[in-house]
Amino acid sequence: MNHSAQHAGHIRIRYALQRGAFGLDVDAKLAMRGITGIFGPSGAGKTTLLRCIAGLERPQSGVLAVEDSVWQDSDNGIDLPPHKRDIGYVFQEPRLFSHLNVRHNLEYGLKRNKSRPSFEFDQIIDLLGLAGLLDRQPERLSGGEAQRVGIGRALLRSPRFILMDEPVAALDAARKDEVLPFIERLHASLDVPVLYVSHNIDEICLLCDQLLVMDAGESLAHGDLQSVLTQTDLPVLAGDEAGSVIQATSASYDSEYGLSEVAVSAGSLWVPGKYDPAAILRLRLRANDVSLCRERATQSSILNTLSATIERIQQESEYSVLVHLRAGSDRLISRVTRRSAAELNLVPDEKIIMQIKSVSVRHA
Amino acid sequence: MEASNGLGPLYLSIQLAAITTVVLLMLSMPLAWWLANTKSPLKPAIQAIVALPIVLPPTVLGFYLLILLGPYGAVGSWWVEVTGDALTFSFLGLVIASCFYSLPFAVQPLQSAFESLGKQPLEAARTLGASPIDAFVSVAVPLSAPGFLTAIVLSFAHTLGEFGVVLMVGGNIPGKTRVISIAIFDHVESLNYSAAHRLSALLLAFAFIALLAMFLINRRLTRQ
Repeated sequence: MNHSAQHAGHIRIRYALQRGAFGLDVDAKLAMRGITGIFGPSGAGKTTLLRCIAGLERPQSGVLAVEDSVWQDSDNGIDLPPHKRDIGYVFQEPRLFSHLNVRHNLEYGLKRNKSRPSFEFDQIIDLLGLAGLLDRQPERLSGGEAQRVGIGRALLRSPRFILMDEPVAALDAARKDEVLPFIERLHASLDVPVLYVSHNIDEICLLCDQLLVMDAGESLAHGDLQSVLTQTDLPVLAGDEAGSVIQATSASYDSEYGLSEVAVSAGSLWVPGKYDPAAILRLRLRANDVSLCRERATQSSILNTLSATIERIQQESEYSVLVHLRAGSDRLISRVTRRSAAELNLVPDEKIIMQIKSVSVRHA
Repeated sequence: MEASNGLGPLYLSIQLAAITTVVLLMLSMPLAWWLANTKSPLKPAIQAIVALPIVLPPTVLGFYLLILLGPYGAVGSWWVEVTGDALTFSFLGLVIASCFYSLPFAVQPLQSAFESLGKQPLEAARTLGASPIDAFVSVAVPLSAPGFLTAIVLSFAHTLGEFGVVLMVGGNIPGKTRVISIAIFDHVESLNYSAAHRLSALLLAFAFIALLAMFLINRRLTRQ
C-alpha cells in the first residue's frame, strides 16, 4: 500500500456520491484517537458518510484509508465488503437480533472476529453495566439498555474504530442518561477511536475531541473541537447554540455555597457542583452567556469574570455581532448587540473584561 | 409392492410430500430471497409464473408436464437418453411435478417473511463481520422462522393432497405412483367404500393435525 507513512494514525476519507438531488462530497483526514464528532443539520449527509465508511453504501468514487490499509480506492478497483472492514457500527436504533438473547447478541461479532480480541468479554460487560441483562431477550430491555448492548456488541468485534450514528437521538432525556455516561466512560478507559454523528451540539461538546462539520453533503471544516467550534462564520455553528469549549482543572470546593473553583488558562472560575481535586473538566460557554464590559464591576450578580483580548468582531445579523476573544490560551465567543459593540467601542487587539453568566461542566 | 394392509398409498404419499418439501425449500430459499430483494423488471413476470399453479386446474399443469417429461418431450427424451428410464409414470417424475405444483406454497410465505425482515438486521450482521451467506443463515433464516414453518407445512400438505397432476404424470402404479388420493378414487370407483373411508379419514386427520401444529407453533414464534 502506498503512502503508508502519510496515512499512519489517520482515517483518510474522500467521497463523491450523487443520488437524485442529494450529493455527498467529503474530503477529510481524521485523527485516529478519541471521539470525533460529525456535526451538521438533518440531511447534511452525516449518516450517508458513516454508511459509506462501513461499506453499506456505494459511492461513485471514493478513497478510504485507515492508517496503512486501503479499504476503498475506486481508481484502483479496491472496495472491501462490509464484513471485511474492521469497524463497529452503532445504529440510531439498536438493531439487536431479536432471536438471540443479550449474551448471544454480544457474542455475534466476537465469534466472527479472526484477529486477537482487543477487549475481554467481562471488561466490556463491566464497563457498560450489562452484567444483569445477559439472559434477557432484546424486547425486554429499555431503549437505553438496548443501545448499551448495541455498543458492547460493536466493541466486542474488536474494531479499529467505532461508528456511532446518533446513538441517543431516538431516546428521551431520561434514557439518554442511560447511555451518554457510558460513552464517556468508554472514551476514558478504552483506546478505541469513535466517529460520532449528531445534530445536537451539546452532545458533541460533551463527548468529542475533534469535530467534522457537514452541511448539504459537504464537509466544511475539521480539526480540534475547540478550534472548529469557534468558526462561527459557518452558519451551522452560529445561531443560539454558538459557543466554545475550554478545559479546566478543579482546584477547591466551597461547601458553604456548593461551588467549585476551577483553574482555566486565563485565571479561575466558580462552577456549580463538587469535583475531585485536580480533575480535568470540560467547560462549555455559550456565546449568549458571555457579556463584555470595560471595567470589572464591583457589585454584580455575575460571579465569573476573565480578562481577554478581542481577536475579531464578526457581523452576525442586523442587530448582533459575535466577538471572538482570546483568554490565556483559550478561545471564547461573546454575542452582543451591534449597538453595545459600538457604545463600548470594541476593536480588535484591545483588552476587555468578560462576564460569564453560566457554565456547563463535564468531566473531560 | 403395495403393503398388504392397504396403507401403501399413504406411505407413498408421505414419502413424496417429504421429499418434495425438502427439494422445494432448497429451490425456494434463493428464489424467494431474490424476489424479496430484487429491483429487476423481471420480478412481476417471475412472480406470475410462480403463482400459476394456484390458478391453473391441476390437469392443465399435469398435461404440460406430461408433454415436457414424456419420452418425446424436451426434458423426458434427454432423461431417457442419459438413464434409459422414462420420467413419466415414475416416482422421480412425480417429485418433479409436485415441485412445480407446490412451488407457490413454498415461495410466497418465504418471500413475505424475507420482505418483512427489512435490511436492518442484515446490515447489523454485516458490520459485525458476517459474510452475506453467514448473515443469511445466522440472522435472516432464524428471524424468518414462522415463514419457513408455513412454507414447510403448506408444501407438505398441498403435495399430500394432489390428485390431478399425479394422475396425468404418474398414473396409478402400486408402490410407485399410486398415492393416497388416487387410491381413494379407485376404491370409490370400485364401490369399496370402507377402504375409501379408512384412507380418507386418515388423510383428513393427518391434514388437520399438521395444520393445527403449524398454527400453534406459529403463535408461539410470533409471541416471542
